[in-house]
Amino acid sequence: MRYTGFRERANRCAVSGNEKTMDVSVWRGSGDEGAYESFQVPAQDNQTVLDVVSYIQQELDPSLTYRYACRVGMCGSCAMMVNGQPRWTCRTHVKKVLNGDRLTVGPLRNLPVIRDLAADMDPFFEKWIRAGGVHKPGRSRDDAIQQVRPEDPGRVEANKAIECINCAVCYAACDTVAGNPDYLGPAALQRAWTLYNDVKVTDRAAVLASVTGPGGCTNCHSQGSCTRFCPNELDPLSSIAGLKRAAARSFFGGKS
Amino acid sequence: MLGIRLYMAQRLSAMVMGPLVLGHLAVMIYAIQGGLSSAEILGRTKGSIPWFLFYGAFVLAVSVHAAIGLRVILHEVTGLKDRLLEVFTWGAMALLIMTGARAVLAVTLL
Ligand code: HEM
Ligand code: SF4
Ligand code: SF4
Ligand code: FES
Repeated sequence: MRYTGFRERANRCAVSGNEKTMDVSVWRGSGDEGAYESFQVPAQDNQTVLDVVSYIQQELDPSLTYRYACRVGMCGSCAMMVNGQPRWTCRTHVKKVLNGDRLTVGPLRNLPVIRDLAADMDPFFEKWIRAGGVHKPGRSRDDAIQQVRPEDPGRVEANKAIECINCAVCYAACDTVAGNPDYLGPAALQRAWTLYNDVKVTDRAAVLASVTGPGGCTNCHSQGSCTRFCPNELDPLSSIAGLKRAAARSFFGGKS
Repeated sequence: MLGIRLYMAQRLSAMVMGPLVLGHLAVMIYAIQGGLSSAEILGRTKGSIPWFLFYGAFVLAVSVHAAIGLRVILHEVTGLKDRLLEVFTWGAMALLIMTGARAVLAVTLL
């Protein structure tokens, strides 16, 4: 009963006057079960996909489950599949992705679904850790602070990927992750490449070892969906190519 | 499902095949100028150690390369893994080596 009031009010408002509406299909369900449900949402001149999802939850069906925090492309929590492609919804304008008057919004690909639009990010972060993406300090508090020169080639390389917001858009875009569930995926491997180039990391060989196993960088097919879809315009494809080169060098006994 | 060793084996065997493919094409184009019969070809390959080594290396490289490549595709498409995937990889390699060796021996043995 509680929900019908919302729905009626919203539907009235949606069809009142000559306001234009969009036909928005939203994934509903948990785990492997579910189906798309259709909502009529008023079209605005300026709105993001996250605005549309929030409108549905606030005006049409408060039980809709989704996730966001910052709304400005910083936190990486709002990623969803929009018309079949992974996107950060808080910074994706509806105009850019609308297909006629239709919009389809689903949970991120390649991850289990908790409920509706909220994907379970655990496997993504577990792989981040498996790829060595945790800081292992090489110095203690008693040592002097390590000087890092910004123009060092290693630092320049490491800097390229530090703006990663862990949104898992690249992970959802990667067909190798879809086919090979053990594959660490673009974000975790890119992180490993960053650490590999970071002078503060003392054991570079250990970083390399954690990304050259059966789920590691050697499984990447270099098709580059990760780089194409990363909303921060990062380039995991090139990071992974760097890891492959480093792995090949160390295979021949070269220094890692 | 591709650790560093299989990865290196696949890429190195591909690097071996590169020049062999070019050599194969170049000789084909050169040899058929003015027409050529199979008897003439066999006349040159039979008993030739260089041709045996050339095509023998080709067969070994392609067997390693293609078996690992098929392993990747099979794992990603069907999810096959562990023992069965190993059996498939080595089985595919053995099959390719056997059929390839048969062909090489047929044209190079006296
Ligand atoms: C000069 C010749 C060749 C070169 C340079 C070459 C190179 C490569 C490379 C770099 C890959 C990895 C692609 C990836 O990981 O996405 C690959 C995959 C593969 N190759 Fe070759 N290859 C050659 C000939 C062949 C031949 C003759 C066969 C089969 C008889 C073959 C079968 C395969 C298969 C099945 C894959 C797996 C596809 C994949 O991993 O995406 N290749 N090849
Ligand atoms: S380039 Fe590699 S990591 Fe990026 S999407 Fe393709 S397979 Fe995945
Ligand atoms: S690399 Fe880009 S797409 Fe992937 S998690 Fe980081 S910010 Fe998101
Ligand atoms: S809500 Fe934080 S990145 Fe979209």
